[in-house]
Amino acid sequence: MITIDRVHKTFPLQGETFTALGDVSLELADNEFVTVVGPSGCGKTTLMNILAGLEEPTSGRALLDGKAIKGPGPERGVIFQQYALFPWLTVRKNVEFGLKTKGVGRDERRRVADHFIDLVGLTQFADALPKTLSGGMKQRVAIARAYAVNPSILLMDEPFGAVDALTRVRLQDQLLATWSQEKRTVVFITHDVDEAVFLANRVVVMAARPGRIVEIIDVDLPYPRNDELRLSPAFTALRNRVWNAVYHQETPS
Amino acid sequence: MTLVENPAPTQAQDPPRARRRGRGGRMLLLNAVSVVLGIGVWWALSLAGFDIPAPPEVLKRYGELISDGTLITDIGASLRRVLIGFVLGVALAVPVGFGMGWYGWVRGLVEPWVQFFRTIPPLAIIPLAVVLMGIEETPKIFVIFLASFLACVISTFQGVVNVDKTLINAARVLGANDRIIFARVVVPASTPFILVGMRVGLGSSWATLVAAELIAAQEGLGYRMQSAQLYYDLPTIFVGLITIGILGLLMDRILLFAEAKLTGWQERR
Repeated sequence: MITIDRVHKTFPLQGETFTALGDVSLELADNEFVTVVGPSGCGKTTLMNILAGLEEPTSGRALLDGKAIKGPGPERGVIFQQYALFPWLTVRKNVEFGLKTKGVGRDERRRVADHFIDLVGLTQFADALPKTLSGGMKQRVAIARAYAVNPSILLMDEPFGAVDALTRVRLQDQLLATWSQEKRTVVFITHDVDEAVFLANRVVVMAARPGRIVEIIDVDLPYPRNDELRLSPAFTALRNRVWNAVYHQETPS
Repeated sequence: MTLVENPAPTQAQDPPRARRRGRGGRMLLLNAVSVVLGIGVWWALSLAGFDIPAPPEVLKRYGELISDGTLITDIGASLRRVLIGFVLGVALAVPVGFGMGWYGWVRGLVEPWVQFFRTIPPLAIIPLAVVLMGIEETPKIFVIFLASFLACVISTFQGVVNVDKTLINAARVLGANDRIIFARVVVPASTPFILVGMRVGLGSSWATLVAAELIAAQEGLGYRMQSAQLYYDLPTIFVGLITIGILGLLMDRILLFAEAKLTGWQERR
């Protein structure tokens, strides 16, 4: 379980103090799929970096199963918007990276890597270098790489932000398919309202200046989710609710 | 068994390979034509009465200098100086460059000196080196060492500084500590920069070498040309120039080849 307790984060910015997050509190249950949506500057990436252990809150606490998060840990996998694949390593070597740092033996590494490469549908590209892959394929490698170290939590920072709309829909389907096979707690950051609703159990809507949570919307639509659901009135209604929460925020003057 | 549908590969693996090879062939042909034309112009100029030796004359001198062993000795002496100086320079530049990129305090201590000596052409150091180190091998190797060190240390440092922060974060969240990040992210990511630095360093080593030999040496390609100058021996000067050019080109090609092997993973613009 993840507990975010009155987390406050400020940065020095051109001599002034910029408040990225102002007292954000949130609880995430195990195996929940939560999406965080909001305009740019609402602190959603800062929130994720705090959960990943790449940044520390200025005040407040971020807890994992009751223990304060101190630095990155193997139980939290992170997927970055820019893919962040190691360009000098093949797909398989990229997926094996985290296993190698853990000291897993060669045969076992290969077995685990091949399993997750297969899970994201890239078996025939296992020995390819990232430069030969499309953006969508790179992101699937990054997902396989995060899964390979067997984290209980996946933190995804606008992972599909840089791919085209058609590929994005397909990647969403694939991500849900992967997630339904290998359940994890997912925190998924996006600025795409449709994406936020389609993937999540719960949508957290954030607002900027200061970064804060304005609304949390439960998505009580059944999994597996498909095209039919995407076009259903129930989906549209939720989507509109989230849309209004994101785009018609009263900004304090 | 996968639930995920496997889309057709959206990108051809290596698209214009055949065309590229065709273009390469044409390039080679054009290069060959250019070389032949250049030698033709040279020959024509010497026939037209300019005071330069014709290609056959230079070729003949090549034969003489090879058969009496002079050229081989000179090449050996020059290559030895370049290689020792260059290898020492790179061997020191790589760790110092990494240190400067990785530790702020190393950078703070080293950078003023590197920047200062970079503004001095290595050739300008020669008089000092000769006075301090005599006219034996040491001052020559030292200036070559300095030239390659300065070229390589800057680019290694740039390479480390330019490592994508996201890649370091990606390694960190995959459980890598500083040592692993250094060995498995920073080193490979900066390899292209190091190799560029090595090529620049080799170029300036080679340039520095000839000048160093012009001043004080008993053998070597620069020395040979210098003594030929006294006797107005133009063919020998040509032999020296052509040999230096060819050796420099060969060494650059070797590094280019290494670069292609080691950094083929880079996305090309």
